[in-house]
Amino acid sequence: MSEFLSPKDLPAALAARAAHPDYIPVAGGTDYMVASKDRLPPPGIINLFGLGALTGVTDLDGGGVRIGACTTYATLLGDARIANTFPLLRDACREVGASQIQARGTLGGNIATSSPVGDSLPPLLALDAVICVASSAGERRVAYEDFLVGYRKIDLAADELIVAIELPAPHVGAMQHWRKVGTRRAQSISKVMMAAVAHLDDGRIADIRIALGAVADRTVRARATEDALRGSAPSEEAAKRAREALRGEITPIDDLRSTAEYRLGVAENLVRRFVLSL
Amino acid sequence: MPDALLLHMKVNGEDVEVAAPPHFTLLEVLRYKLDLIGSKQGCDKGDCGACTVQLDGTARLSCLTLAAQADGRKVRTVEGMTAAHLHPLQDCMDKQVAAQCGFCTPGILMAAEAYLTKQARAVSRDEVAEAMAGNLCRCTGYVKIVDAIVEASEIMAAKEQG
Repeated sequence: MSEFLSPKDLPAALAARAAHPDYIPVAGGTDYMVASKDRLPPPGIINLFGLGALTGVTDLDGGGVRIGACTTYATLLGDARIANTFPLLRDACREVGASQIQARGTLGGNIATSSPVGDSLPPLLALDAVICVASSAGERRVAYEDFLVGYRKIDLAADELIVAIELPAPHVGAMQHWRKVGTRRAQSISKVMMAAVAHLDDGRIADIRIALGAVADRTVRARATEDALRGSAPSEEAAKRAREALRGEITPIDDLRSTAEYRLGVAENLVRRFVLSL
Repeated sequence: MPDALLLHMKVNGEDVEVAAPPHFTLLEVLRYKLDLIGSKQGCDKGDCGACTVQLDGTARLSCLTLAAQADGRKVRTVEGMTAAHLHPLQDCMDKQVAAQCGFCTPGILMAAEAYLTKQARAVSRDEVAEAMAGNLCRCTGYVKIVDAIVEASEIMAAKEQG
């Protein structure tokens, strides 16, 4: 590495990004630094951690929030708006690594790495997050599901930075649920995660969004499963239909942490338990 | 060889100026440039917590922190813990025999001190277990470490009030 850039504001960061598309933007570095140990140093680093314009939570009209990309999990855990309105995200942040990682890791960093096992990603998908991306030419907004384009691939150009994540207010009375399954609550890499949001109308599931991690090449919405549940009462029978739909739409794999069969079985059980809890 | 960066930090209360390659971690600068070998290089990938130091009072993994990202900041390592007397945490770890091989101990002390300072009150075993979940110990089974931290929290809280 020949250069370490620490831009003082967002325009300077975007200018650095445009001038050096081969430099790696780094926020907390909790993913980047692990990967960097097995590689030659990059030609340069653009340090974004602590950049004011990219840090913190602000209110949006209509009850949603805008979260700066370099906001740490620890900051989110201490934010009353996140705890009250988006408990799903709060619960997931609490299970990312442990306190040291939470003090350093950022939401934007998790999105940029886009690992299929990123713990904060299923909540963002289930909460209908919008990713705000900027370059020197301006800002654009992308639905998070469209932002995920492949295995560890996101819709980000070489001159762009993720600047913020916007979460719209959830439906009044919507239930939010988070579950991470791994060998240990802290530090372990997840085997399966599920983030789900649903609300009932007249005893039937009016809307439901289920996002799963570690069961496909990227974080995915279980859309066929959601379709199988929408309009139904939350019963054993509906849960059974959901399990069958889920089998047809996720593609977990065997790897060093778990097996495809186990992941599929656990994902089915998580969906069933959520449906029956409604 | 890449160009070295000249970094300025306050390490354990002392102003330090140190040159290091830009890809060096904070842990590498502490251990190999400043000879502060209390902070341990365990897994070197953020799993074990043995490298935990305090950056501006918050527990951080020095193996995952670029030294350049600590430029201009306050760093505290286990070497900064003992002044005229042992810190209550060290005292309680000793009394409870909470260190066996001792490799995880510097990281445990740094994480626990940051946590207890922030809480400024006596804490429960469950709270300690969650706060310390990022520090692995392969010897003790954690019982004595948790005992020591709970006891130290009581002593520190009593001192605050006294």
